Amino acid sequence: MAKSAPTGPGGETASYSAEMFKHKLLRNIVCIFFCILSILPFLLMIINATRDSEAIKTGITLIPGSHFMDNIKTLYEKQNGMAISLGKAMLNSLIIALPGTICCIYFSSMTAYGIHVYNFKLKKFAWAFIMGVMMVPTQITIIGFYRFMLKLNLVDNYLALIIPCIAAPAVVFFMKQYMESTLSIEMIEAARIDGANEFRTFNTIVMPLMKPALATQAIFQFVAQWNNLFTPTILITSDSKKTLPMFVQLLTSDQFRVDYGVVYMGLFVTVIPLIIAYCIFARFIVAGVTLGGVKG
Amino acid sequence: MSNNTQGTRKRKTVEYGRWGYFFIAPFFIVYLFFQLVPLVTTFYYSTLKYTKRNLIETVSFAGIENFKDLLGISEGEKAYMLLYLGNTVAIWLINFIPQIIISLLMAAWLSDARIKLRLSGLYKCIIYLPSLITAASISVLFHAMFSAQGPITMTLKNWNIIPDSFNFMRSVGGTRGIIGYILFWMWYGNTSLLLISGVLGISPDIYEAADIDGASSTRQFFSITLPLLRPILMYVLITSLIGGLQNYDIPSLFNVSKTGLIGQPNDKSTTLTMYIMRLHASNDGKAAAVSVMLFIITLIISLVLFNGMGDKEAKAFKKEQKEKQKAAKLAQKGGM
Repeated sequence: MAKSAPTGPGGETASYSAEMFKHKLLRNIVCIFFCILSILPFLLMIINATRDSEAIKTGITLIPGSHFMDNIKTLYEKQNGMAISLGKAMLNSLIIALPGTICCIYFSSMTAYGIHVYNFKLKKFAWAFIMGVMMVPTQITIIGFYRFMLKLNLVDNYLALIIPCIAAPAVVFFMKQYMESTLSIEMIEAARIDGANEFRTFNTIVMPLMKPALATQAIFQFVAQWNNLFTPTILITSDSKKTLPMFVQLLTSDQFRVDYGVVYMGLFVTVIPLIIAYCIFARFIVAGVTLGGVKG
Repeated sequence: MSNNTQGTRKRKTVEYGRWGYFFIAPFFIVYLFFQLVPLVTTFYYSTLKYTKRNLIETVSFAGIENFKDLLGISEGEKAYMLLYLGNTVAIWLINFIPQIIISLLMAAWLSDARIKLRLSGLYKCIIYLPSLITAASISVLFHAMFSAQGPITMTLKNWNIIPDSFNFMRSVGGTRGIIGYILFWMWYGNTSLLLISGVLGISPDIYEAADIDGASSTRQFFSITLPLLRPILMYVLITSLIGGLQNYDIPSLFNVSKTGLIGQPNDKSTTLTMYIMRLHASNDGKAAAVSVMLFIITLIISLVLFNGMGDKEAKAFKKEQKEKQKAAKLAQKGGM
């Protein structure tokens, strides 16, 4: 019934709508303030990427400088002397994040499907277990994990970063929630009558139905893998295998101590793919956050 | 593996039941080897002592020595565990208190059906952006801007907001404050969105009834929204606290000494996970002991907070937590 306030000549409604307007204005101003707060660091980063060290030392400004190309050139030259180049680091992150994401969403859906559709003795236990371990952070098991990888000879091997993605309790939880609201047993039974075996049913009928949930979770998983610093720092030892966040770490090293503009340029290049991707998928991602969070 | 007895009760899934095992097998196999085994062995490793000499590692049994050292009970040992726990919690608090207040405000305003903001969709998109961007890059960015000759520091000095001699990187409050601020800045959008979905889940009838009774917006917020948001607020608190205790990316790149991951100034911005990483280079036994204590702290926190939730879902959760505890105990037995 929340109709916008009528703008009649009546004294009461007029003051009511004036009150409304005041509230609206205040709220918009505060929201815009927070929006500026959220993008200001990125804005300063981009502007500083166009300035030289001397200019940056004088303080912040919103007027771009003229050293954009110079900074790109210096960054390009300097990265040759670094342990790993920016492009290679990005490629490495992609090589980990892409299969990791695919494994994560595929096997999580599979697990959720197994628990949602079938009745077996350990069903209750399996679900309880997944719920119970959902919040155990990986950092806690890292020493045991590292030692185990050492034994398996998987240290400095991307497999040690990709395979664990198969077991993501939070994603299983999300997928099961989604199945409960969209998947009907009748549809699966129809497929069975048509003679499809269980895995075929899952791959050709269930997975396509799950597309919206898969896409949402794929984005979050990909970003999580792409941004991960802790596990690769422990597991990756050779320079050529370093990931993007590890490259960022190199930007703090001494060779960039004097070239402020180049550091901002380096940071700019590391975050720009994510920012562009976000601009394209923002609405979809924001809808996904609330989708997953409601029943947390 | 057959469960025909169950099959007769539930005709729908007769003879298909065993397929369930095939579907859940990959998850459980991988979880067992890559999470559960490491968890159990971490408990075991926490009782060992690793010494590295000339690249050769020797292992000896240490019992509870590691724990005694970390808690400062052994002679001549500083209670680093407590020191770093204090750092970690302080940084988390600086981030969480403003975060929950601003997020509640945003949630109340952006979900208000009476005063609709036309741009609320855009606002949501913009405030959520920081949480997706690489934390490592953001940490280095803020460090560059707030360092001794960084542009923000210089501008604040030019405007006489901070004294000329002030250096964020030499000040405990400055360093912790900025790390806390980065965390706040990254996560308040995410928390706002969670709370908005919580508010939208509250039946509009309740608000309508309150409207008829003449309750003001403020009154409605405190008497309806806040109490009904309790479960989701608890969820936000638990996830934020557990995440906050693992805080690594930002402090480890922000204001650290070039050697050995010490959070400047004076070790006052070193977090627990940074300590694990630092010990990992020298003595995995001690690093494992820190992990074990962190695990126990996390467990206690979730137990206490889930108790505070007090709804059905929480009770289901509590049961699982107990199971987790049992697993932990089992692991401890295996280690001793």
